[in-house]
Amino acid sequence: MAEKCEKCGKIILSDEMKEHFGVCPKCGHYKKLSARERISMCAENFGELFADVAGENVLGFPGYDEKIAALRAKTGEKDGVVCGEGEIGGVRCAIFSMDYRFMMGSMGHTVGEKITKTFEYATEHRLPVVGFVLSGGARMQEGIISLMQMAKTSAAVAKHGEAGLLYISVLTDPTTGGVSASFAFEADIIMAEKGALIGFAGPRVIEQTIRQKLPEGFQRAEFLQKKGFADLIVERREMKEKLSLLLRYHNTTEAAQ
Amino acid sequence: MNAYEIVLKSREKGRPTAVQYIEKITEGFIELHGDRRFADDAAVVGGIGTICGKPVTVIGIEKGADTADKIAHNFGCVHPEGYRKAMRLMKEAEKFHRPVLCLVDTSGAYCGIGAEERGQSEAIASSIMEMIRLKTPALSIIIGEGGSGGALGLSAADEVWITETATYSVISPEGCASILWKDAQKVEEASACLKLTANDLFGLHAVERVLEEKGFSDEFFADLKESVAAFFESKKDVPPEQLVQQRYERFRKY
Repeated sequence: MAEKCEKCGKIILSDEMKEHFGVCPKCGHYKKLSARERISMCAENFGELFADVAGENVLGFPGYDEKIAALRAKTGEKDGVVCGEGEIGGVRCAIFSMDYRFMMGSMGHTVGEKITKTFEYATEHRLPVVGFVLSGGARMQEGIISLMQMAKTSAAVAKHGEAGLLYISVLTDPTTGGVSASFAFEADIIMAEKGALIGFAGPRVIEQTIRQKLPEGFQRAEFLQKKGFADLIVERREMKEKLSLLLRYHNTTEAAQ
Repeated sequence: MNAYEIVLKSREKGRPTAVQYIEKITEGFIELHGDRRFADDAAVVGGIGTICGKPVTVIGIEKGADTADKIAHNFGCVHPEGYRKAMRLMKEAEKFHRPVLCLVDTSGAYCGIGAEERGQSEAIASSIMEMIRLKTPALSIIIGEGGSGGALGLSAADEVWITETATYSVISPEGCASILWKDAQKVEEASACLKLTANDLFGLHAVERVLEEKGFSDEFFADLKESVAAFFESKKDVPPEQLVQQRYERFRKY
């Protein structure tokens, strides 16, 4: 099996791509990872939670049912996030991981509900949360209900934090819109994957609004760190190690000793 | 009126803006400026005044009345410093257990280089998170456009009210039509599909009350003043922890 790098176009053996954590060995391009690929790259003993949560077409938005059905058949996922409990570097934690294949990880009721449940579960079981964020923002087909997910998730993050528990968000390419403006930026530690596009408005919208070209590197992880909004930039191959260390530094339970 | 006509109405010139609401329903309003971090964002007008004799912190997103005024207020498009100012004023209100009234009217948070450089996402995210756990009563009223995250940043309240020809939406109908159908002409259809009118929102339990506008007459403002005062009176003796828990449950239901 071989695949083509979406950036440089070179043909790479799939095994080699996997060995390089989905980073092109020729040009260094970061291939997008599915929610489960991301989890298996960073966590052990993962057990999925809330897999049955699946919303409905609340607004009766035209074409939305068909779109969801087609994506479910194609991806085998019910919606754009996988949640559960696992271990990273030996530390037990609650994990959520968003999936680009499902409408670019956009957040409607299902995504918001599962992430909220993950924080509530972590609060109840006194676990840290590691969230792999990837989203174009709120899902417009769910209208105001999708907007409300920003508030719902934020409330759950706040409660988890007030219980003295750690939340690390890992912002991956892309993290924008309503997800960026809610739980993505509410973490104790905000990690950004190298090169990821992270911002409130997407670059095209900004260019249309201000009628000028944006500078090179604008809204990339490196820009964010420079402006003071990302704690650290992490390369994909070192992500597990960095997460493990941070989790251990925050771990106060004997299970981690 | 169909949904698109209501969208146009919510943006109509001459519609009362936040500053006019403040003039009509508060007395002795003192404006407080700045986020103490970077600047004073004129798209957000905040301060303290009394409503029916009781001090209230009022924070409004101001679009501006005429052209010069609109430019001065950046058409109600808030920068990060605007959300940070709002947050600061809310925390000040919390310290003295003074209620907070937010008047929301924005097409959306500002999209631009400076806004991104200064963390628009972080500002809105923090504003939502701080407001939702504010230990003092909070009420938000959508008085014109409730544009997406930019509106939600000031709407994580105990209750959200809306005037009958105002809208509250995850995206503008223009944005929805062009992204989803690659056709800006489909804005009427998008307006209907998004269920963004006051009545639709009430049906979806996204707002607690739809306010009859009565042509924005003196009667409208007199009624509003009474309703706001009565709402805060009803919340006055609720213990802060209970208030926060009730707010959690309000948003948990979606």
